[in-house]
Amino acid sequence: MKLHEYQARDLLARYGVPMTGGGVASTQTEVYRIAKEINGPVVVKAQVFVGGRGKAGGVKLAKTPEEAELVGGQILGMNLKGLTVEKVLVAEAITYQKEIYISAVMDRATKRVVMIASAEGGVEIEEVARTKPEAIIKMPAHPHLGLLEYQAREIAFAIGLTDSKQARQFAQIALAVYRAFKECDASLVEINPLVIRDDGSLQALDSKILLDDSALFRHPDLAAIRDTSDEPEEEQRARAADITFIKLDGDIGCMVNGAGLAMATMDVVKLYGGEPANFLDIGGGADKDKVKTALEIILSDPNVKAILVNIFGGITRVDEVARGIIAALEEVHTDVPMIARLVGTNEEEGRKLLADSALIPAATLADGAQKAVEAARARASA
Amino acid sequence: MSILVDKNTRLVVQGITGREGEFHARQMLAYGTAVVAGVTPGKGGQTALDGRVPVFNTVREAVEQTGANVSVIYVPASFAPDAIKEAASAGVALVVCITEGIPALDMISTYTFVQETGARLLGPNCPGLLTPGEAKVGIIPGNIAMPGPVGVVSKSGTLTYEVIDALTRINIGQTTCVGIGGDPIIGTNFIDVLTMFQADPATEAIVMIGEIGGTAEQEAAAFIKAHVTKPVVGFIAGQTAPEGKRMGHAGAIISGGEGTAQEKIEALEAAGASMAAQPTDIAQMVKQILQP
Repeated sequence: MKLHEYQARDLLARYGVPMTGGGVASTQTEVYRIAKEINGPVVVKAQVFVGGRGKAGGVKLAKTPEEAELVGGQILGMNLKGLTVEKVLVAEAITYQKEIYISAVMDRATKRVVMIASAEGGVEIEEVARTKPEAIIKMPAHPHLGLLEYQAREIAFAIGLTDSKQARQFAQIALAVYRAFKECDASLVEINPLVIRDDGSLQALDSKILLDDSALFRHPDLAAIRDTSDEPEEEQRARAADITFIKLDGDIGCMVNGAGLAMATMDVVKLYGGEPANFLDIGGGADKDKVKTALEIILSDPNVKAILVNIFGGITRVDEVARGIIAALEEVHTDVPMIARLVGTNEEEGRKLLADSALIPAATLADGAQKAVEAARARASA
Repeated sequence: MSILVDKNTRLVVQGITGREGEFHARQMLAYGTAVVAGVTPGKGGQTALDGRVPVFNTVREAVEQTGANVSVIYVPASFAPDAIKEAASAGVALVVCITEGIPALDMISTYTFVQETGARLLGPNCPGLLTPGEAKVGIIPGNIAMPGPVGVVSKSGTLTYEVIDALTRINIGQTTCVGIGGDPIIGTNFIDVLTMFQADPATEAIVMIGEIGGTAEQEAAAFIKAHVTKPVVGFIAGQTAPEGKRMGHAGAIISGGEGTAQEKIEALEAAGASMAAQPTDIAQMVKQILQP
């Protein structure tokens, strides 16, 4: 789960990270009020989940509250890469000498939470990793004890913060970032840039937090602030039904059990010249109702010209899947051609159930993908 | 020969009285696995699977009284890290965790704890492993596998079944099939399993199935280049996945151009592995290697 910049900012402020003054607004009047309180230049930033907000015109500087109100009006309601801006962050605009970088990430290779820091802030850390890998400092936290104070100091000195007061402040921020990561079950907490102000003090200008979905059950407060506005309605409906669904741009709908097989099914569709319309994993042991919901979600996409069902029954029973398809087709009348490749647990029964239906049987994944691509082409040219 | 589990495996099932645990314990027993004990705290003294398996309160008791040496875990995510630690400290050599949805931070401390006991952890969020004709530990369907010379290691579940099934259909059997799981923090990685297959005299060829996300496949490629002399046939799922979207598995996400299928395929090819364009090609490629 992603947090918005303003949510990450509020959360990090609670852990003692020095954030810029300001607040979040959803009307022009609120923008004016916050800018007036700040009583100086402000930056107005669109709060939407898209990359490159600045370039797209979603971040603007304003010198006076009146100007802030004006640019606030321009940004609020703006369409940024398909998403409507409903909230803006109005933050104090400050001057600074230098930008640095600090984050905590879940590192698979070392199986630790690793702190990453660099004196080269303000740009994407991936870019720094490519062009100047020696500028990146990595410090793994102890698996039981966490990030230790001496480690936080070591990071500060390693990125060249030699002034003792500055190094101490940086260490405090690093420890706060780690604490926020740990206590919120994050998978990423990033401050970029963390700036050195003209008076030498440190301040966070922008931050990003990703949370571990598997741990949300013990953070109801965080789960409650999830903003799903960037997710298509069908993705939200799928999540509620415990189905993993991601909409894509193609025209061949896919229904598969298992994430790896679902990805492989998309790959094979593409290999035979088709374009998958979605990723859909009905999960293990899916029952009739889940299959029905999955099919309805796929069919709600008007681009879909053929559907490929690929089920390798293990825990999932093929006959249950067949029953789900039949039940769905009784309610959702469609003439979209459907190709079914069903093998594994109870496959004979499943095939018998579908024998009287309009479904086109396929023997293998390759066979199914080819038939789906042909069917989609025939429908597109019809 | 085989790796990790065989005829000498004596299995304890943690969560044997739960719906999933009971169902799969029955399947494992039917396959011929020596399911010697079950554990459900508070149900010690009862029996499971129609009186065939004794249930204990603790893994320690199960190990002491039945000689169990492998544990498989089917308990809910919020209890699973503790179940893993309990099994490891009770002295089993291998702990297989099927449970999905365990918070990654919990797995960091759990993994470290398990390492300190000397036990090996497989998973979590994995389908387990299967040595055809000898032992099935987890949820891989037994009927699709047959004994033979190919070692299979994979991040995924059903995609692995697909590959095992394709091998068996053309009469190529397997030494052991191992599902390592797709979570960010897992106990046993590709390199661990590749090391065991390389050392196993019965394994003549290795099938490795990876996914987008992370760098485990690239690390495996470097290991293959340096240490694996047996032929490796590989496949990477997610070649068509868009950046920034999590494809089901917690680990299956491409972030900032990292973890793409293309870079993994290139790394494995450079290490000498034969890469399949689609999963069903794998079986034929293995056949050509084994029976040229």
